[in-house]
Amino acid sequence: MTGRTIQVDQLARVEGEGSLYIKMAGDRVADVKLKIYEPPRFFEAFLRGRHYSEVPDLTARICGICPIAYQMSAVHALERGMNVHPEPAIRQLRRLFYCGEWIESHTLHIYMLHAPDFVECADVIALARDHRDLVERALHLKKIGNHIVTVLGGREIHPISAAVGGFYKIPTKAQLSELVPDLEWALQASLETLHWTRTLEFPNFEQDYEFVALRHPEEYPLNEGRLISNRGLDIDAAEYEDHFTELHVKHSNALHSVVRGRGSYLVGPLARFNLNFDRLPAIAQDAALAVHLKPPVRNPFRSIGVRAVELVFACNEALRIIREYEPPAVPKCEVSSRAGVGHAITEAPRGILYHRYAFSEQGLILTAKIVPPTSQNLKRMEDDLREYAAQLVAWPQEEATWKCEQAVRNYDPCISCATHFLTLHIERAFE
Amino acid sequence: MLILCCGNPDRGDDGAGAIVAQRLKRRAITAEICTGEASHLLEKWQGISDVIVVDAVITGGRPGTIHEWNASETNLPPQQSVSTHGLGVAAAVEIARTLGKLPRRLRVYGIEAEQFEPLTGISPIVRQAAEELAVRIAAECRAASACEP
Repeated sequence: MTGRTIQVDQLARVEGEGSLYIKMAGDRVADVKLKIYEPPRFFEAFLRGRHYSEVPDLTARICGICPIAYQMSAVHALERGMNVHPEPAIRQLRRLFYCGEWIESHTLHIYMLHAPDFVECADVIALARDHRDLVERALHLKKIGNHIVTVLGGREIHPISAAVGGFYKIPTKAQLSELVPDLEWALQASLETLHWTRTLEFPNFEQDYEFVALRHPEEYPLNEGRLISNRGLDIDAAEYEDHFTELHVKHSNALHSVVRGRGSYLVGPLARFNLNFDRLPAIAQDAALAVHLKPPVRNPFRSIGVRAVELVFACNEALRIIREYEPPAVPKCEVSSRAGVGHAITEAPRGILYHRYAFSEQGLILTAKIVPPTSQNLKRMEDDLREYAAQLVAWPQEEATWKCEQAVRNYDPCISCATHFLTLHIERAFE
Repeated sequence: MLILCCGNPDRGDDGAGAIVAQRLKRRAITAEICTGEASHLLEKWQGISDVIVVDAVITGGRPGTIHEWNASETNLPPQQSVSTHGLGVAAAVEIARTLGKLPRRLRVYGIEAEQFEPLTGISPIVRQAAEELAVRIAAECRAASACEP
C-alpha cells in the first residue's frame, strides 16, 4: 500500500500564521488538520464589563487587515440592540468606509498573496522582479483604499472615528471629492486587474458548496441584509445561532462552524458573487462576464477573479457614494443606553462576520460573541483539501505541498483573526 | 529621520515596537507606530532618505536580543519579522529594493520576541530590550541632528 503525509510548518502568504497536516493512504486522504488559534475568543472575554462606546475601538484591534469589518459589525449589533437608527447619509458613509477596506484587502490578497501562485513566482518579491507593473499597480490601489479609510476613520490603521450612532467626525463634501481622481484611476486599474486574471490557469476542481452571504433588496451586500444560502437558508442576523453552531475539534484551538444538520459552508467573495450577481452594478457584471465569470462559480481557485470583480464593485460604489454625498445633519445620533441584546452580520472582505452583544442598562457589555469569517470557512477549507489532495497522489511531494498551500490561500484566510500561528504540514510516505 | 515602529501592541511581544515609540516620545522624538501589514511602509518612507524600522523578530536567539540590519546594503533574512500579518517587514523591504523604492539609508532593528499571545502584554525581558533600544535610537538621533549643518 502507498501512503504519504504532507506537512507544512508555516503557511506562506496567508494573513497570520498556521499549520496544515494531511495524511494520505494510497489515493485516499486519511486525515486533514488545519491548526489555528483564535484571538477573537480572547476579545470576547476582554469586552465583558466595558462600556458599549468602547466596543468599536476595541474590536478594531482584533485585526490589522480588516478593522472596519469589526467596527461595522460591532456598531450595527449595538445599534440594533439599542434601537438606534442613524440617518441614511451615515449609512452611505459606512458603505464607503467598507469599500476602502475591501479595496485594500482584496488588492493585498489578489496581488501580494495569491498572484504568485499563478505566475510561477515564489513570492511577491519575485513578482516585483518579474512583473513590476503588477506590483506597482497593487501598491497604488492599496494606497487609494487606505486613503478612504484614513479620511473616514481618522487614521489608516485601527481607525477610531466609527461610533455607535454614526461617526465621531465626518468628512466634508470637499474632502471626499478630492478622492475622485484617484478612484477613477482605481476603477480602471480594477478592470485591468480583472482582465489580467483571464490569463491565469486554474486547476480543474469544483465542489458542491453551500454558499452563505448577506442579501439586500437592492445592493451588493456590505453592511446589511438577510443571511441566505443556496440551500434555502433565509434568516435575520438574530437567528444566526439557531442555524449555525461551532464544534470543538481536538487538533485546533479554533472552533469549526457548521450549518446545523448539514455541515461545512463557504463564506466570502465566491458566496457573495454567486448569491448576489444581480446586485452588482452593470460595469462589474459586464466585466465579469467578459472574463467568463458567471454564477455559480464552484472552483475556489477562481476566487482571485471574483475578488477582482468585487474590486471593480468597491471602486465603482465608492465613486457613486462620493458623487451623491450630502453630509448628514449630525455626525452621530443620540444613543440612550438600555439593557438588551443586539446581533449583526456584515460582509468582511473574507466573508460574513457575526457579532452578538448583551448589555446592561448602564451600557456595560455582559457577554460578547464574535464569529470571524475565517473560522466559518475552516471546516470548508479542510473539506476542500480532503478532496483536492486526493487528486495529487501522483504529484511529486514538493508540488503537491505547494498545491495544497494554494488551496488554503484560495480562502484568503485571515489567520490573525482566526488564529495565532499557522504552520502547514503536508506529509507523504511510501510504504 | 523617520522612525517606524511595527507590531500589534495587543499581541504579546509584538508590542515591542510600540514600547520603543512610547519611550522615544518621552524623549521628544517622534516615532510612528505601524500596526497593519507592511506594504504601508513603502508609502511612509517615500521621499525620505534616512529611515529606522523597529519590529519584533524570531531568529531562534535569546528573547530580548537586539538585532540590527543595514537594510539599504544587505538583504533582510526572510520570515524573521513576525508582526504585520501576510506581508512582513522583510518582504516590504525587499519589494522596495526590487522596485527601487528603498530609502538611501535604512536600518532595521529587530527585538527577539518570546510570545505573541493576545492581550497578555509584553514579556519583561522584551520590554527591557525595547527600552534599551529606545535609548540607543535616541542617541543616534541626537548624533544625527548634531551632524546636520
